[in-house]
Amino acid sequence: MPRTRTHRAPAVLAAVLATTGLLLAGCANPSTGSANDDPTKPVTLKFWHGWAEKNEVKAINDSIDRFEELHPNIKVKATGNVTDVTMNQALRAGGGNAPDVVSSFTTNNVGQYCSSGMWVDLDPFMKKTGLNKNKVFPKTLLDYTQFEGEQCALPLLADAFGMYYNKDAFKKAGIERPPRTMSELKRTAVKLTQRKGDGYQQLGFMPNFRLYQNSPDRMFAQWGPRYFDEDGKARLADEPAAKDFFTTQRDLIKALGGYGALEKFRTTFGDEMSSQNAFLTGKLAMHMDGEWRGLMLNDAKADFEWGTAPMPVPDDQADTYGRGYLTGTVAGIAHSSKHQNAAWELVRFLTADTDQVVAFANAIHNVPSTKAALASPKLDADPTFRTFLGIAQHPDSVALPPSINGGQYVLALQDFAYDAESGKIDDFDKGLRKLDDQIDADTLQAQN
Amino acid sequence: MARTRKAVEAVPSGGSDNAAALRRKHQRDRLRTLGFLSPWLIGFTVFFGYPLVATVYFSFMHYNQIEPATFVGWRNWKYVFDQMPLFGPALWNTLWLVVVMVALRVVFGIGIGLLITKLKTGVGFFRTAFYLPYLAPPVAATVAFVFLLNPGTGPVNEMLGAVGIDAPNWFNDANWAKPSLVMLSLWGIGDLMVIFMAALLDVPKEQYEAAELDGAGSFAKFRYITWPSILPIVMFAVVTGTVQTMQYYTQALVAGKLASGVSVGPGTTIQPGYPDHSTLTVPQLVYSLGFQNFNTGAACVLSLVLFAIAMAVTTLLMRKRAGLLTAED
Repeated sequence: MPRTRTHRAPAVLAAVLATTGLLLAGCANPSTGSANDDPTKPVTLKFWHGWAEKNEVKAINDSIDRFEELHPNIKVKATGNVTDVTMNQALRAGGGNAPDVVSSFTTNNVGQYCSSGMWVDLDPFMKKTGLNKNKVFPKTLLDYTQFEGEQCALPLLADAFGMYYNKDAFKKAGIERPPRTMSELKRTAVKLTQRKGDGYQQLGFMPNFRLYQNSPDRMFAQWGPRYFDEDGKARLADEPAAKDFFTTQRDLIKALGGYGALEKFRTTFGDEMSSQNAFLTGKLAMHMDGEWRGLMLNDAKADFEWGTAPMPVPDDQADTYGRGYLTGTVAGIAHSSKHQNAAWELVRFLTADTDQVVAFANAIHNVPSTKAALASPKLDADPTFRTFLGIAQHPDSVALPPSINGGQYVLALQDFAYDAESGKIDDFDKGLRKLDDQIDADTLQAQN
Repeated sequence: MARTRKAVEAVPSGGSDNAAALRRKHQRDRLRTLGFLSPWLIGFTVFFGYPLVATVYFSFMHYNQIEPATFVGWRNWKYVFDQMPLFGPALWNTLWLVVVMVALRVVFGIGIGLLITKLKTGVGFFRTAFYLPYLAPPVAATVAFVFLLNPGTGPVNEMLGAVGIDAPNWFNDANWAKPSLVMLSLWGIGDLMVIFMAALLDVPKEQYEAAELDGAGSFAKFRYITWPSILPIVMFAVVTGTVQTMQYYTQALVAGKLASGVSVGPGTTIQPGYPDHSTLTVPQLVYSLGFQNFNTGAACVLSLVLFAIAMAVTTLLMRKRAGLLTAED
């Protein structure tokens, strides 16, 4: 009896380990799709997107209606307000309800989508259907939709960031035009600032990085930085613009009353998308934001006159005035889709059909993402919107480079920037070197 | 088990039929036992055993939840301990919350329980009043606290300011964010209050009467009668509180995100822990690594660290004479 038990124990252990191994191996291989489908046959595609505002959802649904008219055999089932995290988790989990066509507002995740194979390479589809991407899309937008030569996404409208300013406040302070350089920004912001006790009645400009769209990567774009060297190593410590950026921002904070006072004032601001938006309520006289804000300001019937302009640039790069931060929505095909040819028809229509791109851009006040659409006479003629079209086409405008681990380097930069703005970092050179090490360690960790 | 084996061995060698019958009975007994145990065994294997083995396995693998896992040795461990600057603050915050929050919740729970058991009138009202906050969903309660304690527009700071008190920035101040979370948890003390009230009402009244006859004061009565009687319940509260706090996630995440004022939605990526990582806990980091960055290996390492600490603390607390329990308990 004891001998039998002795023999049985390893057998049980082996069985448990084998079962565990099988389970683990099973978990580690989500289902994969195929591109063998006939796009002329009836099919229902699942399309996940991030739009959530009423007008945006209507605009994308109208776009789908137009597509279904052109392709009566393809029905599209759209799901909105999907974040990248949700989509990432769903595609990794696999299963029959996973989407066929996916879109994302986070361009810096494209590297992750391409390198992991989660979004399929679109080049074979473009070749098959005769779409020359270099002729259709602007280079900057193509750059942020590919990773290491693999084009797993295409731009589906773009976002350009610029300055909104309160013309009434400018007039009252005797300021004739929006600032063009960082030193002008500082002078103008100080002039527009009205204190009220320990706080503010009106702040010229809020430089703190946690305000609405003020993230450091967007502000940093005015310096035109290069984040990585040719070998993919972080090079912020070697980038003279980085130190200048943080020093300029800290000076601006100091000139406007200090980090603590500004942060306290920021806590009185309402939600960005609500009627309590700080620019809309007059608490801010100048504000960095995307092109879509204009539509919201019009809808909210702002009780002051406002204008738009590119964000100021560093004094030593005055000739680059007009540039700005570019990002946008990207669309692709999920690796698990069993209807990839049909899915490509939808992606192609949404991203490359000029009339569709113009109609969608006008409807949600976004920047069109094809060369033909940017030049289209049907585009919204509103001059406040056209400022952003100019920023989108400016040769010095920049987008974030894609990375294998998505936006992790942006998060590392954010952490550093929060410490920098609050005065916790005395030695920027040392801090930036540490930041580079951190980004490189994160990148290495993401590589196989 | 040992007794059954002895019985089998005691059977004379000639009685093979009897021995076989006994073996069959023994087998039936074992199968029956296994049948009764199986719900627990299945639950334990599926929800604890397998995940634990998988966590150890993946802690040595590079796995992004889409490509096949590959063996990377100690790389994930090295990354967590050497190259992840958020690990230190997250661990510190979690341990801080375990020590301060659990201790204060137990003290506060006993205090409220004692107060209510002493009340002559309005017992029902006060029981309900102290219990109700516990029923508030954690997210809603946290949102309300962040709103009330907003340094710029919150009514609490306005009231404190009106009486000349320079109020802190609560969830917007790295030094006050964790104490604010503790306040939130003390507000929802209802669960512990009920348990301690039951324990306090269970203490035999005769012991207090005898002590009073001997001239014992309030403190002596608490020290020598109440405390020993409720000690097992205190122990239970400390152990379960420790395990729960090691998993502290929702309130810290919501408070940090809301207080930061950063817009959250499609297209935005933010790091939890505002302000200055003071509300970042290990479970938040596990989620962030595992299900946002899909760095499964590092997330598994963190989970194992959390598991080891929880086991060590619980074992220490459960050991007899380790502090709270006596041999008699």
